[in-house]
Amino acid sequence: MSIPLDSATELLRLQAAGELSAVQITQAALDRIAATEPQISAFTHRADEAAIAAAEKIDRDRSAGLPLGPLAGIPVAVKDVLCTRDMPTTCSSKMLAGYHSPYDATVVARLRQAGAVLVGKTNMDEFAMGASTETSAMGVTGNPWDPSRTPGGSSGGAAAVVAAGNCPLSLGSDTGGSIRQPAAFCSLTGMKPTYGRVSRYGLVAFASSLDQVGPMAWTVEDAALLLQVISGFDPADSTSLDESVPNFASDVAATDVRGLRIGVLRDSLDQEGLEPEVRRAVLEAIDVYRSAGAEIVDVSLPHSHYWVPTYYVIAPCEASSNLSRYDGAHYGYRAAISDAEAAERGPLLATYCKSRDEGFGAEVKRRIMLGTYALSTGYYDAYYLKALKVRRLIRGDFDAAFAQADVLLGPVTPSAAFRLGEKTDDPLQMYLCDLFTVGANLAGIPAVSLPAGFTAEGLPLGVQLQAPPLQEARLIRAGAAFQKLTTHHAQRPTL
Amino acid sequence: MSLSGADVRKLALLARLELSDAEVAVLGPQLARILDFVEQLSELDTEEVEPMTTALDVVNRWAPDKLHRSLTVDEALAAAPRRDESCFLVPPVLGPAH
Amino acid sequence: MSRLDTEHQVETIIGLEVHVQLRTQTKLFCRCSTEFGAPPNTQTCPVCLGLPGALPVINEHAIELAIRTGLALNCEIPPLTKWDRKQYFYPDLPKGYQISQFDLPICADGFLEITDPADDTHTRRIPLVRAHLEEDAGKSMHDEAAGISDTRIDLNRCGTPLLEIVTQPAMRSAAEARAFLSELKLLLTHLGVSDCEMQEGSLRVDANVNLHIEADGKEIATPIVEIKNMNSFRAVERAIEYEVRRQYIDWEDTGETIEDRAKQTRGWDDAAEATFAQREKEESADYRYFPDPDLLPVRLPRERIEAAQATLGELPAATRQRLQSQYDIKAYDADVIVNQGPAMIAYFETTAETAGDGRRASAWMQQDVMRSLKESDWEIGTFPIPAIDLGRLLRKVDAGELDNARARDVFQYMLENDTDAEGAIEALGIVAVDAGEIEALCRELLEANPKVVEQVRGGKEQAIGALIGQAKKKNPNANPQQVKETCLRMIREG
Ligand SMILES: [Zn+2]
Repeated sequence: MSIPLDSATELLRLQAAGELSAVQITQAALDRIAATEPQISAFTHRADEAAIAAAEKIDRDRSAGLPLGPLAGIPVAVKDVLCTRDMPTTCSSKMLAGYHSPYDATVVARLRQAGAVLVGKTNMDEFAMGASTETSAMGVTGNPWDPSRTPGGSSGGAAAVVAAGNCPLSLGSDTGGSIRQPAAFCSLTGMKPTYGRVSRYGLVAFASSLDQVGPMAWTVEDAALLLQVISGFDPADSTSLDESVPNFASDVAATDVRGLRIGVLRDSLDQEGLEPEVRRAVLEAIDVYRSAGAEIVDVSLPHSHYWVPTYYVIAPCEASSNLSRYDGAHYGYRAAISDAEAAERGPLLATYCKSRDEGFGAEVKRRIMLGTYALSTGYYDAYYLKALKVRRLIRGDFDAAFAQADVLLGPVTPSAAFRLGEKTDDPLQMYLCDLFTVGANLAGIPAVSLPAGFTAEGLPLGVQLQAPPLQEARLIRAGAAFQKLTTHHAQRPTL
Repeated sequence: MSLSGADVRKLALLARLELSDAEVAVLGPQLARILDFVEQLSELDTEEVEPMTTALDVVNRWAPDKLHRSLTVDEALAAAPRRDESCFLVPPVLGPAH
Repeated sequence: MSRLDTEHQVETIIGLEVHVQLRTQTKLFCRCSTEFGAPPNTQTCPVCLGLPGALPVINEHAIELAIRTGLALNCEIPPLTKWDRKQYFYPDLPKGYQISQFDLPICADGFLEITDPADDTHTRRIPLVRAHLEEDAGKSMHDEAAGISDTRIDLNRCGTPLLEIVTQPAMRSAAEARAFLSELKLLLTHLGVSDCEMQEGSLRVDANVNLHIEADGKEIATPIVEIKNMNSFRAVERAIEYEVRRQYIDWEDTGETIEDRAKQTRGWDDAAEATFAQREKEESADYRYFPDPDLLPVRLPRERIEAAQATLGELPAATRQRLQSQYDIKAYDADVIVNQGPAMIAYFETTAETAGDGRRASAWMQQDVMRSLKESDWEIGTFPIPAIDLGRLLRKVDAGELDNARARDVFQYMLENDTDAEGAIEALGIVAVDAGEIEALCRELLEANPKVVEQVRGGKEQAIGALIGQAKKKNPNANPQQVKETCLRMIREG
């Protein structure tokens, strides 16, 4: 039989029915990975042996009648920004090439606990800084819908492996859109949860006040399954929320959107640079909801124009600090220095500067420089403090909008997946890819990207739903309803 | 705005980045352009606005003073670029020339 | 005001920054042990190693200890405090930043009252700017032949909670700075919040020193120097004294004032007894403080602070006052007792209560007890004579049953033989001598020493002293005061 590697729900059902074993599923996933990697290069590390061993244990436990976790036997890939005890954790950086963490990230531990089979670590923009996975030091990842195009970023590898049919689920991280934008580029469902909903312990920090781990899958139903496992309080993360987690499965089933107030971000539809096909996809999504009985209301987020500049102050500031630990002293890359270099600045300073210069790529260095500048004496108030104040205004906009609407609907990205190399020369162009996504990170609210159709060229398009803090369930209801009414999420690339 | 090569180098030292001349030449104008872009924030009047450092409305997250297991020496030093039997080894501050 | 041997009037200005390690079991942001002296790198975890992905969690006990300290230092404990990153690169700081408190410290605006070293009947109030929590760095061990081999890094200490206490530049002499440190140590050890062992690094002091010199009718200030690496209170005192002389001479030579030179850091070389200029950094420090996004602010409700206040108990300054008034002892004596810590205070109070005479108890504490402790290197907690036994002994002296000299014999016997006063008196064969016996003894002595009698009659009453020694020889139990009085009476009565 063909093994449905595009549906965790289906794989769970088939295992429970005794029609498939975890080993069979895992082997199929590994075979598929081996077949597609030459075209898309989405993994930084493949864990074939460990995956088979984990699957065998699931099968043994199942036949012994032991209790099994909610993801038992499901192959899952993990973005290489999450710490793993048994696989390298590189953040796709030369700085951490070959680095092994002595501990599992909390979300990774929860995956294992849930019986998930970890098949490997996925490629990303270096330290999650980028929107195309092209800043990776581990090579370029192709989009399964068109390998000459980017899968998006920074969780490009995590999106590509699901879209390529390698495994039904993956974990990404989202600091400014890094789950939602690749999901849109690859026709997936990708969710950034409420800040604090999912533990950041073991998530290598890019911008601590914005980072959040989230699920990627074809469907809302599968994404909810993964979200259920990773959500919840973690005493090891002081910024994790001590709030109960609802049972998302019931929200997947409750797809009646009658009376649901959907706020449409009109301004975003008139945004300069928004491609007409993306605009069309959003308008069609509005129609889908309207015809299903949802109430459509126009809302505005007056400071949305300032999202990207605010983000590109706060994120680099935090990043410049978070990345200070990579200095070649205690772990990671250490450059060899010449006697002349040692004599010039002293061996320690020379080693620091050279290790960081050689260990980091251009985008990371650019953001470190930017953040260092904005935090330095004389500039703090004008840049960092200013951005924190605007951030409050941005959050205020969302609070006001959610007084009028239950969820907000709008675009995820200004365009469909662009060609590899198209934007690498112009950092600012690349930053503008985050135009519609960074608001949710700044405000700390949950947001999901849903498959919403295709361009004339056959490239995926997405729409974004955003909800008030801790209302992931609302996104799941609205998202599942959308997928009941549409078939975009059921299209597959011919890779 | 503009950043001179000297400005960029000063910043690079603060960030402990040894930039090549070519990198400095590219980064200066790029940073200046990005800073010009974020400069738009100054249009907004934020005199009365409280800065927002976190999206959370939570305080007092702490733990009791109870010992947990620490790593062993070998676990602690496992990823060290250089080590001896018990310590990380790093290059000294001062070189032979000093 | 310290005066140098000059024609100018010179005032020394001293401010201290004191880093105190708080006595928690685990570190400030992870649960590794803070114990001193463990083998290198055996007390670390992903958090204190600064590994990728690790996150800090505040140690609640450190907050509690900081509040207690702040309250004891008369600080205001603001309702909200937060955490900031202080950024700099150094191998003993694995994250590349230290988690500290920048603009909202946990304790603000306090003071510590010290006994004025120039006049022990006066106190001086040293104002404090703030006290904030921060994590300690690890330890760098440099090779003797610096520059040849690598530096060894031990991160055991990294993350240990420190309270940095910053005074106003309000001290005016090295002795005052030392008195401040002694009083601070006394207070913190009394509270049990820190061991304050300079040798183990649980108390570290940086001193900011400069001079205000009156010259040509105006006051000029010399450049501020921060002195580091002092490993004892004595070293702090000497370093400041040295620095005062050095700055004055430097000013005479160069005329440099605070406007001409930024703050400079100098180390203290204990062996050379001199401060020395430390290497200037290649760049001026720019710590780029910003709020740590991994930690939430701490909000301290009034009730919590009041509860902490209620557990403080009596602080040393109050004890000094109370001992003086309750036991009628001198300020200096109360100071000596209180400065020895809570066990000594308790010992004194029991002794005084039992003896029924605070002054006598205090005199014995200051002399006999302290001397014995010193000679035998004992702590008051393990002193062989229980306070109640000493009290009983002193009560006998008070009642005239024993003279001081005999009481000292008893005291010595009790020290050596683990017995109470009664037992010692019995063992030493000390029996009360009745008045008839004393009269017989005195009569005998007067008859044998007509010359003394004559001298006393001639007005030299003190000549009687010669007889007291003889009386002691004939009967060791004779009370010298009684002998003296009896002899004088008998001579008067003729
Ligand atoms: Zn630790």
